[in-house]
Amino acid sequence: MSVAAEPRRNDHARSGARGLSLHAKRVVWAWSFLAVPIAFYVVVRFYPTVQAFWLSLTNWNLMRPAQFIGFENYTRMASDPLFWKVFENTFLYLIIGTPVSLLLSFLIAYFLDRVHFLHGLLRALYFLPFLTTAAAMAWVWRWLYQPVPIGVINSVLSSIGIPQQPFIQSPSQALYAILATAIWAGMGFQIIIFMAGLRAIPTTYYEAARIDGLGEFAILRKITLPLLKPTTVFLVVFSSIGFLRIFDQVYNMTTNDPGGPLNSTKPLVLMIYQSAFSSYDMGYAAAQTVVLFVILLIVSLCQLWIMRTR
Amino acid sequence: MRRGLLTAALAAGLGFATLGSAQAVEIQYWQYLYPSRVKAMDQLIENFEKANPDITVKQVTFPYANYQTRLVAAKAAGQGPDVLQLFYGWLDNFVGGQLIQPLPSEDFPAKEIESDFFPIVTAMKRDGKYYGLPTAVRSLALFYNKKLFKEAGLDPNKPPQTLDALVDAAKKTAKHDSSGNLTTEGMTIDMGGQDHQWWREVLVRQFGGQPYTDGDRKVAYDDQAGLKALQYYIDFDTKYHVGKPGFMDEAQAAFRGGKAAMTIDGTFRLGSFADIKSFDWAVTELPANADGTRSNYASYFANAIGSGVQGEKLEASKKFLKYVSSPEAMKIWLKVVGELPARKDVALTQENLNDPILSPFIKALKYAHTTMFVDEEAQRQVAIDMVNRILLENQDPKASLDQAAKAEQQIIDRQTGK
Repeated sequence: MSVAAEPRRNDHARSGARGLSLHAKRVVWAWSFLAVPIAFYVVVRFYPTVQAFWLSLTNWNLMRPAQFIGFENYTRMASDPLFWKVFENTFLYLIIGTPVSLLLSFLIAYFLDRVHFLHGLLRALYFLPFLTTAAAMAWVWRWLYQPVPIGVINSVLSSIGIPQQPFIQSPSQALYAILATAIWAGMGFQIIIFMAGLRAIPTTYYEAARIDGLGEFAILRKITLPLLKPTTVFLVVFSSIGFLRIFDQVYNMTTNDPGGPLNSTKPLVLMIYQSAFSSYDMGYAAAQTVVLFVILLIVSLCQLWIMRTR
Repeated sequence: MRRGLLTAALAAGLGFATLGSAQAVEIQYWQYLYPSRVKAMDQLIENFEKANPDITVKQVTFPYANYQTRLVAAKAAGQGPDVLQLFYGWLDNFVGGQLIQPLPSEDFPAKEIESDFFPIVTAMKRDGKYYGLPTAVRSLALFYNKKLFKEAGLDPNKPPQTLDALVDAAKKTAKHDSSGNLTTEGMTIDMGGQDHQWWREVLVRQFGGQPYTDGDRKVAYDDQAGLKALQYYIDFDTKYHVGKPGFMDEAQAAFRGGKAAMTIDGTFRLGSFADIKSFDWAVTELPANADGTRSNYASYFANAIGSGVQGEKLEASKKFLKYVSSPEAMKIWLKVVGELPARKDVALTQENLNDPILSPFIKALKYAHTTMFVDEEAQRQVAIDMVNRILLENQDPKASLDQAAKAEQQIIDRQTGK
């Protein structure tokens, strides 16, 4: 800051002759470089976002020109049982998915960090699902979950005398079956980030703690977890947004009856997709998008506030 | 001197330019991307351009998922196609959105259309005017696995012809393991596939009802006939245990894998079943009811003229539309895509009727119905949920049927602006 302030004073005298001060020139340069991405963002991101707010107040269906209908889409949503079902599903994905995936990936990262034998291979194996296309993975799981004669999981179950489970064909199990694959799919990334966080904690702290005679659990609680907080905050926000926006796993595992059976797995994003691109009910879809936006905003702000550094 | 030359050159250039525009009209044809359809259209365009050297046709395709969105965006930008393909069920939306214009009645007289084409063509008619004509149509039939028929002691050349015979054959061909799990379906149960069409337009009618009234704007299947049709359908699972929703994920996969003796599917499946190597299969008409009443569901994509097209482009578009709905075009389409000709005289030839695979589909066109969907996907979902509520949540069939009728009526009312 002070470096920038220095030349400004010197240039001031000359500015009349050269037109612009050095500082002003720098600003102009910076802005002219920034202008391209800003213009791009305004056109591609912000303008459509604002437009979506407007659309949510209209009855646009692609074919007829949009007509202003006030908050009708929102009142319709409030009285639509499907919306509340979908709302519930979305939050189930979030409140089960985020803690379970973080806990599992922390445990794996914590112990993987201590394993030296085949460490690289194990880490690669855990990371592998993250590199796989969501669609391909979802289809493989979809087949794994099938009943006999083709479903692997059910074949194993029936061979050891446990009755077949319907998994994704049952309204009560489907959401958890899909959530399990989604957690598994995203875990590689979380493990890597946790491991990086663990490695970043200086070993001197641990050495000091051990000299002082602290047990492993106390070290975990007093040193590792507090120092890992920035990593945890990042992952909580990141995976919460991921679960709130879950779509591809659900859509690909239930394409014959998207979000089914009986809407038991349908997340908000899938409902938006269907309203917009299969029913062409653009106004209603935009209203749902606005609701999703508000939820994402609130959840992210709450998390940042709760996990803020005091 | 130089100036004179320049003027002469300019004049000549201008002359060529005007001559050029009078000579060659370029029109755009839009359809969704599907390899065999694109290939067939390429052939039609080539033939058409040979016969009409003054017209060039440019084919433009988009993936099915965003085909409609592209059309609307192009219309908004004033760059829509001259001739375009649309599903018959989209017509009301397309007319309402002013994407297409009615076919000029002097070039396409309604009387002629109705005498030449199969009756389902009337789905393209609004207020006495036709908005498009199909090249090819699709219908449903019962596919059956000859190998499984033989194993069950059934005559593979005598597929079931009635609804009761269908149940019998399904019971005989289904297989279960020692714990009672279904390992081979007798008859596939899959509302997400073509069964919702079978239930709506075929079973409901065969049990004495009708799916809709008031031009398909009023749901009418929530009566005794609808309930009987629904009961007949779910009995395959609940009573006879010969079919199960989700078995091998979907009906066509089960049939393809040789794990289902019978399935109902459409002409569009012929291509994908053609490469089945492990067993012989055949096709028969959808079974009749006890009185011999048959029904079927037929659907098609039609070609129409874009709303803003006029002048010489309109003349060229009319010519092109006439060609793509001509007998010659239909023959090419049948050969390349495998879809049935939309004209009676082209479809009902002795050769086609003797074809063991084509004839069940073609015979069906004489008595087939089309459903005037307002939102096919949402209406299909209603049928899927109706069956799932009974099979997965043990809801009473009557209650589930009523709930379905109410939900579907709501969808129709919303889309038609009631």
